[in-house]
Amino acid sequence: MADVRELTDATFETDVVKSDLPVLVDFWAPWCGPCRMVAPIVGELSEEYAGKVNFFKMNTDENPQVPTKFGIRSIPTLLIFKGGDLKGTVVGFRPKGDLKKRIDEALA
Amino acid sequence: MTDVDIAIVGGGGAGLTAAIYASRARRSTVVFERKITGGQIATTDLVENFPGFPEGVNGFDLAQLFVRQAEKFGTQMVYEDVTSLEREPDGRFRLATGAGTFRARAVIVTAGADYNRLDVPGEAELTGRGVSWCATCDAAFFRDQDVAVVGGGDSALDEGLFVARYARKVTIIHRRDSLRASQILQERVRANPRFAFVWNTVVERINGTDQVESLDLRNVTTGERSSLPVSAIFIFIGQTPNNGLLRGLVETDPGGHALVDLDMRTNVPGLFVAGDLRAQAARQLIAASGDGSTAAIAAEHYLDQLGD
Repeated sequence: MADVRELTDATFETDVVKSDLPVLVDFWAPWCGPCRMVAPIVGELSEEYAGKVNFFKMNTDENPQVPTKFGIRSIPTLLIFKGGDLKGTVVGFRPKGDLKKRIDEALA
Repeated sequence: MTDVDIAIVGGGGAGLTAAIYASRARRSTVVFERKITGGQIATTDLVENFPGFPEGVNGFDLAQLFVRQAEKFGTQMVYEDVTSLEREPDGRFRLATGAGTFRARAVIVTAGADYNRLDVPGEAELTGRGVSWCATCDAAFFRDQDVAVVGGGDSALDEGLFVARYARKVTIIHRRDSLRASQILQERVRANPRFAFVWNTVVERINGTDQVESLDLRNVTTGERSSLPVSAIFIFIGQTPNNGLLRGLVETDPGGHALVDLDMRTNVPGLFVAGDLRAQAARQLIAASGDGSTAAIAAEHYLDQLGD
């Protein structure tokens, strides 16, 4: 079962910064086609990394603070965090194999 | 090694339509797509000239309908890249892909085209940080800011109009003194107070540390140089055909597009090219779809004749 939960400006501190596990956040917006293409792939990855990485998605239309804080100016963007620190950034659509590589690199 | 009747390379309008026809002809059909189904329309907010949608339709949504329709009749979608295409002595085709080797009796290449880059300093470094080829992806991040659009055709104006919903000012930079875009788009842009125009001008450099801050411009008729402060630059200056797989196999025109007859047949029996990748394509979704169906019907006749 895909497990990608909603992240908001208000929950960022608890869910990402203070998380025990590494976290991947998928920044998206409803009007962004490539974001919708990436969403099911992120869903599959959430199953494959279950118990090892927590997966969240953040709607950039509804949450202005976190995207601005990380200088996001293009979506889809995936940010990978470990121990509260930003370890990896993936901008633009990438196929699943690429994303896995990037996640593994960021967490190495 | 996987054997199929018809392999389609590229899941945009042409490829997905070809798949509908091929699978309805009860041929085992696979479509390879390495990025986003729909291709160039996947990032188009509103497609207004595809027949059947008087109110227009979101490009990504439309593409998903194509996929559903193709899958309904048995098409298999494979989201991997095809890295090589070869013809075997028995006339079949061998495709090396991210999902292993496939062998097909007929192949329809619908790999379309990719957006052209400016190839100027700053472009690569600031991609995703103000340099964009996708208005629907990125325009919302530049709310109330000043941005630039480079180009003078339909894409530049269409996407420019989308950007203008968010931006405070959209400056269209075009290397000639008149637009190529269809009249209706030109009318809409001229009527929109947010647009400014810079004619006979090219971008020489994109400046900025962490994000786009300004552009260095040069007027191609006077040679005069100037600077334009902007937060983003959206680039719509045409496309380059994705003809890598055709090299050494298929005859192309000087621009790199496959030469085909009215049935989308190339010089190689059993190999068809449809959509933006073929010569003299109209570069419209409906034309790509038309090409795709033509190619699939021709492929089916080809297989019939083989006695397969």
